[in-house]
Parts: sequence; C-alpha cells; structure tokens
Amino acid sequence: MSTNLTLNGKTQVLRSDPGTPLLYVLRNELRLNGAKFGCGMGQCGACTVIVDGKPVFSCMTPLAALEGRSVRTVEGLGNAEAPGPLQAAFIRHQAAQCGYCIAGMLTRAQALLDKHPHPTEQQVRAHMEPNLCRCGTHHRILAAIMDVAHGGRP
Amino acid sequence: MKIRTIAGAGAAMLALTFGALYAWTRPAAIAPVTQALPAPAPGVLAAGARVVALGDCMVCHTAKGGAAYAGGLGLATPFGTIYSTNITPDPDTGIGRWSAQAFRRALREGVARDGHLLYPAFPYIHYTRMYDGDIDLAYRYLMSRTPVRTMQPANELVFPLNFRPLLAFWNALYLRPGETGTAAPTATPLARGRYLVDTLGHCASCHSGLNPMGGERKPAFRGGNIDGWDAPALTGLAHGPVPWRQQELVEYLRGGLSLGHGAAKGPMRPVTEHLATVPREDVEAIALYLMSIQAPHPAPEGARAAPLVSVATAPDTPGAAGARLFAAACASCHAASAPLTRINGRPGLALSSALQGARPDNFIQTVLHGVPWDPASPVYMPPFADVLDDEQVAQLAAYIRTGIAARPAWHDVARTSAKLRKETQE
Repeated sequence: MSTNLTLNGKTQVLRSDPGTPLLYVLRNELRLNGAKFGCGMGQCGACTVIVDGKPVFSCMTPLAALEGRSVRTVEGLGNAEAPGPLQAAFIRHQAAQCGYCIAGMLTRAQALLDKHPHPTEQQVRAHMEPNLCRCGTHHRILAAIMDVAHGGRP
Repeated sequence: MKIRTIAGAGAAMLALTFGALYAWTRPAAIAPVTQALPAPAPGVLAAGARVVALGDCMVCHTAKGGAAYAGGLGLATPFGTIYSTNITPDPDTGIGRWSAQAFRRALREGVARDGHLLYPAFPYIHYTRMYDGDIDLAYRYLMSRTPVRTMQPANELVFPLNFRPLLAFWNALYLRPGETGTAAPTATPLARGRYLVDTLGHCASCHSGLNPMGGERKPAFRGGNIDGWDAPALTGLAHGPVPWRQQELVEYLRGGLSLGHGAAKGPMRPVTEHLATVPREDVEAIALYLMSIQAPHPAPEGARAAPLVSVATAPDTPGAAGARLFAAACASCHAASAPLTRINGRPGLALSSALQGARPDNFIQTVLHGVPWDPASPVYMPPFADVLDDEQVAQLAAYIRTGIAARPAWHDVARTSAKLRKETQE
C-alpha cells in the first residue's frame, strides 16, 4: 500500500505503512532530517511542517491522511548554499542556539508569511505560540520573522 | 396606480401598528446617574465577585481576546447573531449611567435603562428570581470594574425579530418575574444549590435546549446543543457507564476534569474556570442539587458489549481506516499503553463523555479544535482540523466509538464534521 503526495514541489510515492506518523516517514524513508522529534504529542512544535499551507505537527499527522496533499518541510525553504529569505534572516539574527526547534520555527513562520506577508508583531506572537524553544531565543526568532515581514524580503 | 395605493396604505397600516405596539410596550427610561459611586468596601467587592462568578456574567460579556465585561461576543442563536453588551461602567457605551434600580429592572424584567427590551440571550428569565442582595452586590462589583469604551457590532437578526418591541410577546410567554424584596432565606445546602443552578447559574439556558420560539424546553435539563456543542442532560448524570457521584461532580465543576468522564470542553470550560474561584461550599451545593434531580434509571440496556476491536477494524471498513489514523494521530497519548494515561489516573478514552454521548458533536469538536492550551489547566490537546478531513474524522469516529467505547456507531459524522468546521471557521 503506497501513498502519493507532493513533497516540496515534487511528486513522491511513499511505501511506509499508512498508519505511520509523517515525521517518521520524512526522517526514515526519505532521510529528510530537518523536522525533529521533540515530544511526540503535539506539544512542542519541533516536528512542524506545512500541509496544504497550514502548519501541522508531523509527529501526529498520519501518512494515511496525506494522499494527494502537498507537504512542505524546512528542506523546501532553501539550503545551506542558497538559504531562503526566512532562513537568511534567522542566520542574520543568530536566532538559533542549540537549533533543535529551528526547523519547526521556520516552517510555522513560513506558513504565516505565505498567507499574511506583513503580519503585526502581535499576529506573529500569537501564530508562533505552539512552538517552544528551550534555549530561550524567542526574541531573536521574533526579530528574524519581523525582519522578513517588514524588510521587503518576504 | 391602484396597487401602489393599496400597497402604500398597507405599509402605512403596518407602520402604524408597529408604532403603536412600540409605544405600548416600551417601558419608561430610568433617570441616569451622574455621580460616581464610592468604591465598595473589600467585603462587598469579594461578595460581588462571587455573585458575578456564579452568574457566569463574564463568559458571555467578554469577547475572545477582548477586555473583561466589555461585551462584543457573538452569540449564535437560531435567529441570528446577538452580540453581548458592554457591562463595564463606561458612561456612554457601558452601564456607567445605570442606577441600582435600573440594573435591578434589567435583571428582573429584561429592560435596559433607557427602556428598550433586551434579548433573552441575556438570561433574565432566570436572574429575575435573584435575591435583591445578590443583584445589588453584582451591581456594586460591576460598577467598580475599569470602564471600557467600546461598542459591540450590530446584532444580525432575521426580520421581524430585529424589532425589539415584539419581545413583549415573548416575555408574556416565558418571563415569570421574580419579586423585588426577595431576600435570601436561611438556605439549606439543597435550597442554595437549587438557587445556584436554576437562578444564578442559569444552567438550563444551555442544558435544556430551545423550542422553536427560542424558549427553554420543559421539563428542564433534558439536554441541549449550544455553539455546536452538546450540552448533556443534567437529569441523566446517574446513568451511563460510570454514574457521576457527588464528590466527582464537585471536582469536575471546580477543576474542569473528571477522572471517570473526561475534561470540560467548549462552552463548559469557562464555567468551570469561574466555579474554581468561588467557595467550595457553593459548588458542593450545586452538585447536591444536581444529584437530587436525577431521572429514574431508564430500562436496563442489557449487558454492555465488550469493545469489539476485531469487528470495528474488519478489513476495508471505515473502522480499519480509523484504526490506522488512530495509530499515528492519537495513540501516543490515548493508547491504553501510552505513558500519558498513567499520569494522575487520567480517564481512559473509553469513558470519555464525548465518546459515550448519543451524538458525535463533542467528539468532532474536540478532534477538530483540540483543547486549547491554558497554563492554569492540566488539560491540553492539539487541534486536528488541518490534519484530518471530514471523511477521516468519520473514520476515526467509526473506530473509536465502536472499537474503544463499545457503543453503537454514530451516523452522519462526516456531514456533522463539515458543518461544525464551517461554523467555527474564522
């Protein structure tokens, strides 16, 4: 039983059991290790990816729910050689300390900017609330997102 | 030309009738107060806060993310949306110019200070029987809040219900005014509980359901549906797989979590948050009264079947698809073997009231929207509205309802899910 979906713009046929959470499929079948396992219960946001434009916790998103849908991970935002605007802003603002939460932070923020390119700080704060950073770099993360939102590089 | 004349005359007649009706039904305005009230003594303030918490004023009179008591929350009724009013003491947009007498009339008769009739989304048919002392305490408390200058959006009601004088007819049907001069009797806990449930807490507003006229169904407490959530029958608490016991009800009403039934969700959650702030004896009285109104046991249902997981998940059924979704989306917290189920003796999924209910609404609402994060609450669940579509919600229901809760399958889950999803979209 296979599942067809679009991953970072490309069609993918996935062979994992449909009862597997997307996070495991990304990391084990596809070797995309950006999204992280944090709590496994939708409480921390380290595993966040974008499904059909909405940020979701991939640790509790069944592969069976993704037939025909579009998934975007942090790998789809850019790479080390050519970082996307949001990734570049995170680097400029040194928004990562240990870095474990950053893939989730980037994807959740990207989902907001795709929908509202110029959010207010209040909107950014409310939108980012589900994602935790245990190092406490929230203020740098916020500054990086606001930079993209209002620096003309959405 | 002739038709136009007749139409014109008809319109004039109609206007005249409505005008006369308006003049006939409109109570007199009560003179505004211009002098600020002295600050209430701390004892009065605390007693007023208790009345206002027990009356659940804030639940409706505060918009999502808005200032406390400043109104603006849209209440979806079968007749359109009514926005709650600003009951902070702002002179222009709130109740700052209301005298104690005007406030008392509003609670007893559903009439605003200036004489216009209030919509019965405001539960004056219950508040009308409040003790004078409690009304005055609520008044002193509300008048000491920070004034907020804000206007709620205009009500969106269907014609002719946007014509307020018609409420006089509704009041004739459903308002049995309480008496001014009503003093608190030397109450037994049971009498206190009845007062808190029937009058101040107006539980029947949600738990009785509405008839087509927008009146509460009689007999009371047989269950209703509010904001897309099922409000269970309060007369059936002693039934079900785990009958409620009084002490458990007290813990649930004060803490929002029952170990045998699950968490307070949807519109019930803020009710428990407010009951957490009042003296325990009040909640004990509420529970005592609720246990006293239990209906006799219905005919025995026969031995309850053990969950038939093998039947629920037969190959190529919605239940089988649901089991796959459950494994990935739910099991890390809700599987019998999940570590989370071992914390503080949490209720197993099988006993959840949302799964045991006759209708799937509360299950669907919980899956779609989760239980929002609140630092004061031990209960949290992430939302799945962006993960699962309506068909998948139905598959999940097919598995959990029959395979875990061992109850007969619900019908129309996908359609209800689509409807509830649409109603709650921003």
